[in-house]
Amino acid sequence: MKLPLDVRTLVAGLVVAGLLLLPLYSFLSGNVFVLTLFTRIVILALAAASLNLIMGYGGMMSFGHAAYLGIGGYAVGMLAQEGVGSGFVQFPVALMASAFYALVIGALSLRTRGVYFIMITLAFAQMAYYVASGLARYGGDDGLTIYKRSDFAGLINLSNRVQFYYLCLACLLATVFLIWRIVNSRFGLVVQGLRSNEQRMQAIGFPAKRYKLVCFVIAGTMCGLAGALLANNTDFVSPAVMYWTRSGDLMVMVILGGMGTLFGPVIGAVVYLLLEELLSQITEYWALIMGPLLLLIVLFGRGGIMGLLGRLNRG
Amino acid sequence: MADPLLRVDGLVRRFGGILATDHVSLDVARGELHAIIGPNGAGKTTLISQLTGHLAPHAGSIFLGGRDITGLPAYRRSTLGLARSFQVTSLLPDFTAADNVALAAQAHDGHSFRFWGNARKERGLREAARAALERVGLVGRADVPVSKLSHGEQRELELAVALATKPQLLLLDEPMAGLGATESARMVKLLSELRKEVTIVLVEHDMEAVFALADRISVLVYGRVIASGLPSEIRQNDEVKRAYLGDQHVVVKRG
Repeated sequence: MKLPLDVRTLVAGLVVAGLLLLPLYSFLSGNVFVLTLFTRIVILALAAASLNLIMGYGGMMSFGHAAYLGIGGYAVGMLAQEGVGSGFVQFPVALMASAFYALVIGALSLRTRGVYFIMITLAFAQMAYYVASGLARYGGDDGLTIYKRSDFAGLINLSNRVQFYYLCLACLLATVFLIWRIVNSRFGLVVQGLRSNEQRMQAIGFPAKRYKLVCFVIAGTMCGLAGALLANNTDFVSPAVMYWTRSGDLMVMVILGGMGTLFGPVIGAVVYLLLEELLSQITEYWALIMGPLLLLIVLFGRGGIMGLLGRLNRG
Repeated sequence: MADPLLRVDGLVRRFGGILATDHVSLDVARGELHAIIGPNGAGKTTLISQLTGHLAPHAGSIFLGGRDITGLPAYRRSTLGLARSFQVTSLLPDFTAADNVALAAQAHDGHSFRFWGNARKERGLREAARAALERVGLVGRADVPVSKLSHGEQRELELAVALATKPQLLLLDEPMAGLGATESARMVKLLSELRKEVTIVLVEHDMEAVFALADRISVLVYGRVIASGLPSEIRQNDEVKRAYLGDQHVVVKRG
């Protein structure tokens, strides 16, 4: 029935191996930029993986997921500005703020579904964007420079490129592992059942909204972590990270890689951001090539890259 | 007289100007198989949906085992022992047959805010699923995705899912819909066994099946119960004959 080695598992394994060995390549080739680029890729892969939990597994098409990148980022930036430099404070605050935002937004948005859910999550994220733009004390429109990265009391030094990269990668892998456990747990089956047929799930005795809301909060918290890392990576946070196009980018990564697959979003993030980087080196009209390319993958590769690989497996 | 398991009292539901449920009152005794028949558009599914909590009535009340459940959401009614099958098959298409039934068992085994252990490896749930599948004769198809099951098998799976919630009262909305003759016969046989264990409200178009199975029958026309009684009484009832004349002759043909 199944090949001993699934092509998808193989590709996922290769990607993880590549990510693990990347600093070595960077060191040997003396190419520092590649490490910076991949730090960003790994962080956004974490954000995409968290979006996949609600979008792919839970069927909740949130168009406001970048809001958590901003909330996590601003938690770090604002605390740093106020003289609280400890990562042991900044990161928990970033996670809790994201969880709280997800709880409020989720409780309101999950009363709707379909297109309305997409629009309302988008609207809330745009609201967060404008609120951040109005924070004059924290840079307003121009954003907030973070002069010192989160301090983990000598445990790990975030200003060291390699250490920081491995911290981000560890966060990504831990998150993917956690999602894997969740989607196979009782809770995960309920959430996927709700995506499949909510009416049926209610009829057999599941209070749908409660489970969806908890799932929404888990995903938001995970993305808040990505936000805190991203702010450290750029030493800067601005309202722009919450703009709706950023939410769109995350959605594209998930769809490109394969919705509702464990490693799809990671592969989607790597491919999307690498393409963006490579194409923008060739021409400044890179979006003109990127657009049709994405369109082709979405049109002909149903289920994204993971879907294509799955068919390769069977075919 | 013992309290009925299900008591419906003066139920009203409107859709715009149409009275889809017109002051329906109904008693279903424990252990009874109560059939609800009526021409197309009589409001049978509307009635069932109010009983299960998928649709809110505008007036009237519903009691299950003496408890007022009129305002309870669908999932709460399910935990109180009310299960339904849908007229149009409603399952989880991207899950296997066993998963569908195991989830129903899971819903009645405490809360599901458990995030770590692999639910598909929980023996209790899998065994409950297997038992329910066995009951409906689907145990050989346990690992087949629902989307790959035949229509008849999906109808049987609907029953297995309902049974896995360990219901006191089973509401079946046209379980025979779209089934061939052999499949129908199998379903009738299955229902005649199930009725020994659980109280059933059966909505069905197949008159032969209804008269073979039912202890009592209520006839719904334009949202109103025009007659309620033993099958033999219903067969003789003039008003029922009139409602069905030119539409479905089966009732009069036998009467």
